[in-house]
Amino acid sequence: MKKRSIIPIVYIAFLMLPIYWLVAMSFKTTNEILSGFSLFPQSFTLENYATIFTDPTWYWGYINSIIYVSLNTVISLAVALPAAYAFSRYRFLGDKTLFFWLLTNRMAPAAVFALPFFQLYSAVGLFDTHLAVALAHCLFNIPLAVWILEGFMSGVPKELDETAYVDGYSFPRFFGTIFLPSIKAGVGVAAFFCFMFSWVELLLAKTLTAVEAKPIAATMTKTASSAGYELGLLAAAGTLTIIPGAIVIYFVRNYIAKGFALGRV
Amino acid sequence: MKTQNQKAWYFVLPVLLLVAFNALIPMMTVVNYSVQETFGNNVFFWEGLRWFEELLNSDRFHAALGRQFMFTGLILMIEVPLGIIIALSMPRKGPWVPVCLVLMALPMLIPWNVVGAMWNIFTLPDIGLLGYLMNTTLGIDYDMTQSPFAAWATIITMDVWHWTSLVVLLSYAGLVSIPDAYYQAAKIDGASPFKVFRYIQLPKMKQVLTIAILLRFMDSFNIYTEVFVLTGGGPGNSTTLLSIDLVKIALGQFDLGPAAAMSLIYFAITLLVSWLFYTLMTKDDAK
Repeated sequence: MKKRSIIPIVYIAFLMLPIYWLVAMSFKTTNEILSGFSLFPQSFTLENYATIFTDPTWYWGYINSIIYVSLNTVISLAVALPAAYAFSRYRFLGDKTLFFWLLTNRMAPAAVFALPFFQLYSAVGLFDTHLAVALAHCLFNIPLAVWILEGFMSGVPKELDETAYVDGYSFPRFFGTIFLPSIKAGVGVAAFFCFMFSWVELLLAKTLTAVEAKPIAATMTKTASSAGYELGLLAAAGTLTIIPGAIVIYFVRNYIAKGFALGRV
Repeated sequence: MKTQNQKAWYFVLPVLLLVAFNALIPMMTVVNYSVQETFGNNVFFWEGLRWFEELLNSDRFHAALGRQFMFTGLILMIEVPLGIIIALSMPRKGPWVPVCLVLMALPMLIPWNVVGAMWNIFTLPDIGLLGYLMNTTLGIDYDMTQSPFAAWATIITMDVWHWTSLVVLLSYAGLVSIPDAYYQAAKIDGASPFKVFRYIQLPKMKQVLTIAILLRFMDSFNIYTEVFVLTGGGPGNSTTLLSIDLVKIALGQFDLGPAAAMSLIYFAITLLVSWLFYTLMTKDDAK
């Protein structure tokens, strides 16, 4: 048992190395970074973080990202819940085809959609709004949410529904007070995945925004190219993008393995 | 047994509308472009299937497609076995399990451009941790911007770093669902560890592994941001994968027609391979 645990330890160390380097870099001054290699920050500085928290173009990037990611999570879950229920409980005309068609949207390369999305959202007057990015991310998050929720819902015996109807529950009351609590792990996991994929996606978010709703990732690429080579600042901004994910994952830590298996174990 | 109920369509309708808005309209735009030529100013000329013919005979497309299959093939060959090995050696219970899982999932929660930027900083030959170790400590000549081999090794390592945990978590979920009684029975029968793996653990992991391979295939085939930020497709065109080439043609050269034709062929390939996986998967579900 002892010998076996070497493998996960080595693997986790490998995962942490680039992250360590990013964090270490963020506490260095630009001078120190450019002057040569150092394993630990020699002259520890918080200047990079201070810049980000005082400059509106920087911190608004974070706020924008969080707004559209939350909006997307809410929309995705709201529409995916009833759909997943239908897929897990009923057979209807074209159900299998529809389910696969939904999944195909998870497969579409974002690069394919970048330009048409720009035109579509400009045409409906949503360009450069948080809603545009939130809706665009529904393309791949809704299919995923439906897939995960369907997996979890199928794990709940059908007898539960039937007993509730016999006891005189109406559908909305049953769904809200009995069914949802019994799959709350699944809802948490689905929310986590929506958050995750919306948070990490950049190509569409960048294409659909200009100023008002510009995501943090876009602010970073712009800074990387325009303000010379401010590696420390870039590293600090990068470090801050890891934090929301780390917080969200903490809440689903006990369900994460099952969640990644889309509720299908 | 599921009940037949056509009213279920009402439940699916919101999803259908929202996804259709996002998928069908842009897709029609792409189809529309793919058969036309434009010189800007919204003036279009009918071209028929010319772009498709040109593309299917173009060396540039073949090269990008080849690189894409090589990338996806390589990362699948590394990530799947590695992920299984790590999942097998993880503790099944105890206080370290959530710690392991959270730490392992962390790379997947980092925005893709940050992943690229992070690996860029990590591999800089003079001041990056990996670059410095390779060049100065180990004396291996390593510079991603010069050598295509180094660039390939780096993007593969980056993807292994980024996504192996997905395979680990899925396999692990399959493993913990195996009841203890199975292992006890195997012990009584005197089964070797290999036999336990082959006849107990692997069958249990089969379904989750299919999901893992499906997800890894789709995402690695569509990869854009990480590689673009890290290598920009270079040196030369050596790491210009399909998505990167597509964006170069569509937004760099503004050749909308050829780019649209390429999009459709690209999507069709992803769809075909994914459909094969999906059929395999649902075949097992039905049993």
